[in-house]
Amino acid sequence: MTALLEVTAARKAFGGLVAVDDLAFTVARGEIVGLIGPNGSGKTTMLNLISGALRCDAGDIRFKGVAIGRLATHRIARLGIGRTFQLVRVLGTMTCRENVMAGLAFRATPVWGAAAREQADALLARVGLGKPHVAAEQLTYIDQKRLELARALALAPDLLLLDEWLAGLNPSELLAGIALVRSLRQDGLTIILVEHVMDAIRSLCDRCIVMNAGRKIAEGPVADVLADPDVVRAYLGDADA
Amino acid sequence: MSRTISWLIVGGAIVAAIAAVPFFVGSYHVALGISLLSYTVLATAWALFSGPTRYISLATVAFFGIGAYTVGVLGDALPWWLVLATAGLIGVAVALVVGLSTLRLSGMYFVIFTFGLSELIRQVVTWYEVNVHRSVGRYVFVDVTQDAIYWQLLGLVVLVLLAGWLIGRSRLGLALRVIGEDEIVARHCGIDTTRAKLALFAISALFTTLTGAVMAPRWTYIDPAIAFNPMISFQVVIMALLGGAGRLLGPLLGVVPLVFLFELLSAHFPNSYSILLGAAFILIVYVVPNGIAAIIEAAWKGFGRRAEATP
Repeated sequence: MTALLEVTAARKAFGGLVAVDDLAFTVARGEIVGLIGPNGSGKTTMLNLISGALRCDAGDIRFKGVAIGRLATHRIARLGIGRTFQLVRVLGTMTCRENVMAGLAFRATPVWGAAAREQADALLARVGLGKPHVAAEQLTYIDQKRLELARALALAPDLLLLDEWLAGLNPSELLAGIALVRSLRQDGLTIILVEHVMDAIRSLCDRCIVMNAGRKIAEGPVADVLADPDVVRAYLGDADA
Repeated sequence: MSRTISWLIVGGAIVAAIAAVPFFVGSYHVALGISLLSYTVLATAWALFSGPTRYISLATVAFFGIGAYTVGVLGDALPWWLVLATAGLIGVAVALVVGLSTLRLSGMYFVIFTFGLSELIRQVVTWYEVNVHRSVGRYVFVDVTQDAIYWQLLGLVVLVLLAGWLIGRSRLGLALRVIGEDEIVARHCGIDTTRAKLALFAISALFTTLTGAVMAPRWTYIDPAIAFNPMISFQVVIMALLGGAGRLLGPLLGVVPLVFLFELLSAHFPNSYSILLGAAFILIVYVVPNGIAAIIEAAWKGFGRRAEATP
């Protein structure tokens, strides 16, 4: 099986700080892969490299066989990579419907006009958010996260990058969120999940990649990875390993 | 659809009424009308780009001056429509070159750059006039009556409003609004932000340049200090902000009161004009930061709510 996403020796430094250091991994079509690690281990930077928000200093990223490491962000989005942001970014003064239409209107197969309004409302319903005419800035934090997901889904992506999308939810919201992500996979989406909520990682991910200080320290099935002494040491320090 | 048609009829009637004004009033009032119309084009064109993107441009006078100088140089050599077309082409070409190199800048840097650009072009033109043309000023010999200038400006007003209306309904319009909200999100939505900004910057510059060209014969004599007077850029920004740059008709709401205010100030207080103008600017920024259009909209919504509440 060929990989949907193939990262080879990716490297990104900010001055002297190497945020992503020689990272390599692949993601197969239809997988949900967790990208975990302590704060500051480079997870979000890695997502930024994939989505094109940042450029690699070295290494290569291939998506559907296309080298995207040097591609402009909007081209990567049109190839079929959608994402949400760790700190929610909605288009505040625009309505929920317009937020989602922004995702529909500029993808490789653009949707516009009445069809776009219809699909936008359907996507809003899909993520559990009605309110097409409410301005995004008036939504609660959780609803803004939902809206961001709807906008990412509007791109009809093959690969979805979720950056702590489940953080800050209460227990019942978390269950609903997990069910939603799982249903996305059933629709054929491939998902990379950066997450600190271990319950979500355990119940959603086929596989986990653990990062620490920019490097990959473990990879494999979730239960195995979480039992790995290196991983425990990275999270909790030497005494507990 | 029928709503569009009724809007067209109302709009057509208003345009026809404005077009008929020169037949009924004297030349002073036509001159005032020219002022109103030219600032309407300039402020609306400014808001086309700066409204949605929130990039404050002080380059209005750069393009305005390019238009005026094209007429100064070519005015008596080519037919009038060809002069206008040439001016428009030069304006768009400069906008594309400048845009490609500067639309990466944002915030304060863009403001300063556009101001610097206007000054740079003024200095280059001055240098050329002094060293090559060997005279700082030029006489504009174009056989255009005041009424004709008035009608041409009215034509530009109609065109710029039409362009704004079409853009607002297009994907380009949505792209610009998304860029104004969050450029990173825009790129992640698949928007080619550079191209979208460049397109709008060029369209805006086209109307600004044409206004400068149409206005040039009004002066009969132009020099770089007149054609590239930075005051024009500042006045256009403050008019658009007073009216509300986020709405198509917003700038118009700022143009009308301010043109009358400028007229009043320059007639009655010619010596303290700049001071009073500065005070007016500060007052506007403090008192109506979101523009008149926003106030009217809020009042309209409030009225609607009250009407619903009372049975």
